[in-house]
Amino acid sequence: MKKNWYDYLWIVSLTYLILGFFNILFAWLGLLCFFIPLLISIIKGNKGYCNRYCGRGQLFGLLGGRFGLSRKKDIPHWMKSKWFRYGFLIFFFIMFFQMLWNTYFVFAGADNLKQTVTLLWTFKLPWNWAYHGTFFHPGVAQFAFGFYSVMMTSTVLGFFTMVLFKPRSWCVYCPMGTMTQLICKVRNRKE
Amino acid sequence: MDKTKRKKRKAFVEQDMCVSCGSCVKVCPLGAIQIVKGIMAQVDMNKCVGCGKCAKECPASIISIEEVEEEYNEKKLV
Repeated sequence: MKKNWYDYLWIVSLTYLILGFFNILFAWLGLLCFFIPLLISIIKGNKGYCNRYCGRGQLFGLLGGRFGLSRKKDIPHWMKSKWFRYGFLIFFFIMFFQMLWNTYFVFAGADNLKQTVTLLWTFKLPWNWAYHGTFFHPGVAQFAFGFYSVMMTSTVLGFFTMVLFKPRSWCVYCPMGTMTQLICKVRNRKE
Repeated sequence: MDKTKRKKRKAFVEQDMCVSCGSCVKVCPLGAIQIVKGIMAQVDMNKCVGCGKCAKECPASIISIEEVEEEYNEKKLV
């Protein structure tokens, strides 16, 4: 089958994760993975991002498929149930706002910058080697650490389910996927 | 003209459970599956040959290959 330019976006996703090891401020670029799918679903009313451009999905597809890192077993039934998918979306949202809250504290000067990446909302990894100061407020860096934590956490979770189940298992409970599908459902209800 | 019954295999999507990720669309060699309005996958029964690639790929494992009975006219040779 003919490959399109967007079939190589997994390289962008991989590069993003690597850049975070060198300078945490690159984490800001990850906002594109939040805004592009939302804009596509709101403006065009489809899941074009998941279907075509999602580099993370492609990366999992590649690692689990061609590289054979996946067991390719069926995902358990509860993981594809609506309550789990929407529950995970809400949980993800709460953790995201908590991260914004911590960032706000640093912006307000009520807290100091913490040079850590929090994995799976629990494990705090020292990440000071990737911080070389910022021209801006330390809050800018705090957001970068927080956002990179979100991206790393979802990568780790997605990687685990890729190994255990099918390559793109992450897509089943991906909060962005659930949210964009919800937007599409609401938007296309009338038609 | 001889009427024969032959069983064909087609892909069926459990649409209520579909997350519309589009993995199935990518692997379909005939372009017989589509994501409709970002809500669910839909199979074009005229194009589908039931190869099962989509069913294997689907991360939620909600596509199944089922036999359908289809009546069609077959011209007899000779």
